[in-house]
Amino acid sequence: MKNKDIILQLSVRSIRLHLLRSVLAALGIVIGVVAIASMGMMGANMTLSVTEDLSEMANILVVKASSGERSGGMPGPGGGGAPGDGEELITEKQFSDIERIAAKYGTVYAVHSESDTIEIGDSRRRATIYGLDPDILPAILTLQDGAYPKSTTSVIVGPSLAERMDLKLGSKIDIGDPDEGSVTTVRVVGIIEERGMSMDLNTDSAIIGSDKLFTMMYGGEGEYDQVNVILDDINDADLVTTVITDELNKKEEQVSVQDSSRMVENITETIGTLTSFVMAIAGISLLVAAVSIFNVMMMSVTERVREIGILRSIGTQKTEVRKMFIYESGILGVIGAVIGAAASIAIGWVVVLAMVGSTEYFFAPGSLVYIPFAMMVGIIVCVVSGVYPAWNASNLDPIEALRAE
Amino acid sequence: MNSTPLIELREVSKIYPLPSGDVIALDRVSLSIQEGEFMAIMGPSGSGKSTLLNQLGCLDRPTSGDLIIDGKNTRDMDDRELTSLRLNTIGYIFQKFNLIPLLTAYENVEYPFLMKHRKPDDTGHVSGLLSMMGIDQALAIHKPPELSGGQQQRVAVARALVNDPRILLCDEPTGNLDSVTGGQIMEMIADLNRKGRTVLMVTHDPTVAQFAQRTIIIRDGRIA
Ligand SMILES: Nc1ncnc2c1ncn2[C@@H]1O[C@H](COP(=O)(O)OP(=O)(O)O)[C@@H](O)[C@H]1O
Ligand SMILES: [Mg+2]
Repeated sequence: MKNKDIILQLSVRSIRLHLLRSVLAALGIVIGVVAIASMGMMGANMTLSVTEDLSEMANILVVKASSGERSGGMPGPGGGGAPGDGEELITEKQFSDIERIAAKYGTVYAVHSESDTIEIGDSRRRATIYGLDPDILPAILTLQDGAYPKSTTSVIVGPSLAERMDLKLGSKIDIGDPDEGSVTTVRVVGIIEERGMSMDLNTDSAIIGSDKLFTMMYGGEGEYDQVNVILDDINDADLVTTVITDELNKKEEQVSVQDSSRMVENITETIGTLTSFVMAIAGISLLVAAVSIFNVMMMSVTERVREIGILRSIGTQKTEVRKMFIYESGILGVIGAVIGAAASIAIGWVVVLAMVGSTEYFFAPGSLVYIPFAMMVGIIVCVVSGVYPAWNASNLDPIEALRAE
Repeated sequence: MNSTPLIELREVSKIYPLPSGDVIALDRVSLSIQEGEFMAIMGPSGSGKSTLLNQLGCLDRPTSGDLIIDGKNTRDMDDRELTSLRLNTIGYIFQKFNLIPLLTAYENVEYPFLMKHRKPDDTGHVSGLLSMMGIDQALAIHKPPELSGGQQQRVAVARALVNDPRILLCDEPTGNLDSVTGGQIMEMIADLNRKGRTVLMVTHDPTVAQFAQRTIIIRDGRIA
């Protein structure tokens, strides 16, 4: 006979004797494990897909002129009216300073941008118009069709705009409101690949032309809406940010640098917080499960009082009696956790598909890790629920226990 | 006339405090038992025989007085030591057999062995004891509820013997058996005493008491 551990044998047989009741108690654990695991996986999949989307631009620094309050507290003359048209611009001097500092860490380019009315055939809408140095375009934008603009009459357009307005290579666009002033007609020579949401340039619904075209239409030569730095190495982000702000903001705050890697961090952190919160709520279902495990264990102890008395009277230590009941609740936990883990794969898949829209990262380690995590939590909850009943059992008076029944 | 006794009770009292008043189950009992003795304990129902045996079996602590086993005062032992005394030095046979229902006959006998040695019996000791008690291998795989009273008590005797205890405590071991089976069990216990074991036996049956070298009568918690 190969009873490695007779105490474990007793636990297993006790569970088998009351199989239905045990399975029902373990069901609570199954539900708890599934809830925690699928919520965790949902969060992980969200984080992974958002990070993937955002990390493409994580190496981008955006420098903008600071507007608004100044340090020093000197109110401007004339009651502090808003400067210009409400937006401050980067000067040519600042741009060259930034270029001097950051060029050795990556690509630096200045951006003109304006929102304006456009007309294609009969349909009118508003769109963002970007003016960029034509030489820099191939480095920052990929085309799905056509070529980069070479003249002041050609532009490239984003894929969403192209689709919505049915733009083809060679299509004509009128930029500017005919009721308000001059209209410039340009020709589409290229269509940009989809880039998604980004903090440097949102090109999907925009029109991009040369800086000359832009200043022809809107003026503003030597003034830029923003300067973008595309870093070769993402790890330089902090260093470059610090140098730029230190040098340009010596006297007063003139520019601010937005670091997209920090934005990724913030978003990931927010999702992480939300996930923990949702998982904690899922954990409440485990609390209910704990009560049912506790209940079943108390029942088991009550039913086996006489058996406990026998075990104690023939020389079983209290620790062994305790072990017997902890094993019992532990086994219920393991059964619940294993079934829960299997169910988590199916239910988690459905939840992720519904909430995240893609199961691309479902089998990523960062997502699957929530299954063993939830299993551990489930088993620990079970074992802890069994502690008091086990303690009770081990402290029964042997004689009283023997007299039971 | 003899060396130090194996078991000695000095003024042992056991009082059960009840709402209706204290029950004095044992009243200052003093008693010495030598190694190898066979002592019968008789007396009317409720006189305190089981209480006395429970004290000797270290299942309980006296309210007052001292119990000395093999020169050691049980007052100085903690629960762990008393439990280990029950495992190694004392074999207990109950009127109601008290086998573990979840274990087979074989496992019931093997259980104290496993507790003591922390490994299964590979010497055939357990099977040997069972066959000595007349339980064959086919019977040994059955659980207690599937056995007759006599068979259960044979298994219980085998279990009491498995760790080779120096003291055998029997609380009316034949009380739930028919006279033929009871007689066989008595023969076995008497035989164990002849081989040197100290036997203390509670019984109602005067013929059973004839196996003993000494008989004490308990009345109202005192040795009469
Ligand atoms: N756990 C207990 N609580 C209260 N009274 C008890 C308890 N155990 C035994 N008694 C009382 O102690 C007395 C002796 O009981 P017991 O030793 O079982 O007698 P016997 O075995 O001689 O029939 C009885 O009056 C019984 O009611
Ligand atoms: Mg009795």
